[in-house]
Amino acid sequence: MSRHAVITGIGVTAPNGLGTEAYWAATLEGRSGIGPISRFDPAGYPVRVAGEVSDFTAAEHVPSRLIPQTDNWTHLGLTAAAWALDDAGADPAAFPEYEMAVVTASSSGGTEFGQREIERLWTKGPSWVGAYQSIAWFYAATTGQISIRHGMRGSCGVVCAEQAGALDAVGQARQLIRTGTRLVVTGGADASLCPYGLTAQYSSGRLSQGDDPGRAYLPFDVGAAGYVPGEGGAMLVVENAADAHARAAPVIYGEIAGYAATFDPRPGSGREPGLRRAMELALADAGLAAGGVDVVFADAAGVPELDLQEATAIRAVFGPDGVPVTAPKTMTGRLYAGGAALDLAGALLAIRDGVIPPTAGVTELAPGCDLDLVRGAAREARVGTAMVVARGYGGFNAAIVVTKTD
Amino acid sequence: MVNDRRVVITGIGVTAPGGIGTKAFWELLTAGRTATRTITLFDASGFRSRIGAECDFDPVAEGLSPQEIRRMDRAAQFGVVCAREALADSGLEEGAVPPERIGVSIGSAVGCTMGLEQEYVVLSDGGRRWLVDPAYAVRHLYGYMVPSTMACEVAWAAGAEGPVSLISTGCTAGLDAVGNGCQLIWTGRADVVIAGATDAPLSPITAACFDAIKATSPNNDDPAHASRPFDADRDGFVLGEGAAVFVLEEREAARRRGAHIYAEIVGFAGRSNAYHMTGLKPDGREMAEAIRQAMHLGRVDAADIDYINAHGSGTKQNDRHETAAFKRALGRRAYEVPVSSIKSMIGHSLGAIGAIEVAACALAIEHQVVPPTANLHTRDPECDLDYVPLTAREHPIDSVLSVGSGFGGFQTAMVIVRDRAA
Repeated sequence: MSRHAVITGIGVTAPNGLGTEAYWAATLEGRSGIGPISRFDPAGYPVRVAGEVSDFTAAEHVPSRLIPQTDNWTHLGLTAAAWALDDAGADPAAFPEYEMAVVTASSSGGTEFGQREIERLWTKGPSWVGAYQSIAWFYAATTGQISIRHGMRGSCGVVCAEQAGALDAVGQARQLIRTGTRLVVTGGADASLCPYGLTAQYSSGRLSQGDDPGRAYLPFDVGAAGYVPGEGGAMLVVENAADAHARAAPVIYGEIAGYAATFDPRPGSGREPGLRRAMELALADAGLAAGGVDVVFADAAGVPELDLQEATAIRAVFGPDGVPVTAPKTMTGRLYAGGAALDLAGALLAIRDGVIPPTAGVTELAPGCDLDLVRGAAREARVGTAMVVARGYGGFNAAIVVTKTD
Repeated sequence: MVNDRRVVITGIGVTAPGGIGTKAFWELLTAGRTATRTITLFDASGFRSRIGAECDFDPVAEGLSPQEIRRMDRAAQFGVVCAREALADSGLEEGAVPPERIGVSIGSAVGCTMGLEQEYVVLSDGGRRWLVDPAYAVRHLYGYMVPSTMACEVAWAAGAEGPVSLISTGCTAGLDAVGNGCQLIWTGRADVVIAGATDAPLSPITAACFDAIKATSPNNDDPAHASRPFDADRDGFVLGEGAAVFVLEEREAARRRGAHIYAEIVGFAGRSNAYHMTGLKPDGREMAEAIRQAMHLGRVDAADIDYINAHGSGTKQNDRHETAAFKRALGRRAYEVPVSSIKSMIGHSLGAIGAIEVAACALAIEHQVVPPTANLHTRDPECDLDYVPLTAREHPIDSVLSVGSGFGGFQTAMVIVRDRAA
């Protein structure tokens, strides 16, 4: 009997909402979480606004023992994972231990924790580096801590593909479901808004230097001039459909019907980027034609060249004005490994509620970027199928198609 | 039929301590020579452990261009050099396989930490500025921050445009990345995958990490004999560096083009202990489960296993943990089959070592020789298997088990077999 991967739980830690419903309400109302950087004084930096998860207090959500052992990125991931399991009504103790797994994406690990420890090393000496640096900074920390906290002993994974990684993690989760795992916690989070993390992000040349939180990140707009970084993300509970039905899971948000990942040709090749192919392969994997898609959650880089590439790919796959497109990340900033996971959560909520969240701030589409971009207010629509697109620095492309299940 | 697709290794590239390239690597292993020494890559005089297994690596001599050297961290350089060696070894010409059918799966535990640390020191002016100075940021700093750029570099080297990812499950990342590469071929998402792992963790911050938890050997007076897996006198692992990259191919396509086939990867499985980020229970339960599952998927019985390439890090708890796991998974066969740890010679290169160990397994099958466990003079009474002390051994090898164990509680097992007809 064929096994289908369905999503039964969502947990969100986003700059404009802590918890799934808070995030979704803010997003539908067009409320942004982008603001001046508050964690440190950004006056000396070219980037001064970001999407901080400012109402998050680790002590309220993370076991106290774990707080000093882990970076903020893992605090957010642990919290989202616990909420997702709670949402799914899934008690890990009720599942066979080897049939539960964790697969998360990280783009940059525990950057702030690392900056603190490396500062001690270089100012005071090696014996001042704490014992937890070895388990807090590395990219696998969040997966490991979620696995330990919930007793999940299956095949765990950690994927890094910069901002595309979360879709690859979900793809890997689907593969685990297909080969016998019953439940996978998957998704992504990142939190690298410390001085060194921000400086490293700035060196990519892709960050916005705008000071107006409402105008700093304008994907597909004539005023696009880079993106605003953010922190946070989302975790999802993925289960085998038959098992989810058998245990009467409270809600089945949708099925992971299609997934594909591609990589761009070498820089300077002059050939078409791999994004269109990722979208087409994901559709083929889902057994759907382009016309079957009701909304595309765009990557929406906010970098003119990348926006044009994406708009061109969307128009090539769906035809001109062939599909509503949205980028709610304009209200959170780009969350790196957390961004595509949050978009996937948004896509599932759009299916649930029959409404497409808006793209904030965009007023005038750039030449070549004339898409049916949902702007201003949320748009009510029957959403049976949604596509989420993500791209990662260096040439990663990924697309996932989720469909409503009955 | 997708399920009938099989994965073979047709090219190998290795950069390891003791010599660059696959040939030098295998010579070192079969001679039982150790490449552990006092760290030269940085001034380790203030550290508890001052021993490392370093690669004598000259990026210019290895053919990297000035721009490649400027933008790539040392670990990425290892990875690209290995990918090129593996591709040349495989005889696979660029253009022979459509780029969209070529994938990349590279493992790394700590990514570009060396570059990240060096740039941090400048931006923070020796650690004095929490508010680091963005005016000193080099253009490639972001490439160091996101380890996925290492997979990009390998993809560019190979002309790959299929699925590309960096797998970062800590010290099992090497096995997991090769396993993920197999998965891409088994499931039909790619026909060729450039898979392997790389790490270059010999920098102050990583050394300090392991100092802090006393995981690395403090045997600073005798660095050549400091890595002592399964020996009663072992006192921690020796931090190493290096990479191994493979050309994995769908077997029928490899045969059609007359490729040399080193071995087939038939089974791969991971389990997690959900117990502790660094601690291991002595019973080896989850690793045993991973081994059983990998053998099940590979349709190989315990009696078929001819050699076990151990994780064998040389920490007190690891060597007992995995000895227990082998007994639990293989029963009596555990006592009959040779088990060895090449970390005794080339140290523990974190995420890279799992891939380097796959290279050792493929070469063991190729040459019908088991590499030894160096420095094993007095066996720990609780480690009572045949660990092939000191000297390589000629031995008929059809099926090999390789295992990895790492922070986060991850346990991975892979079964690699001699290519067999039909």
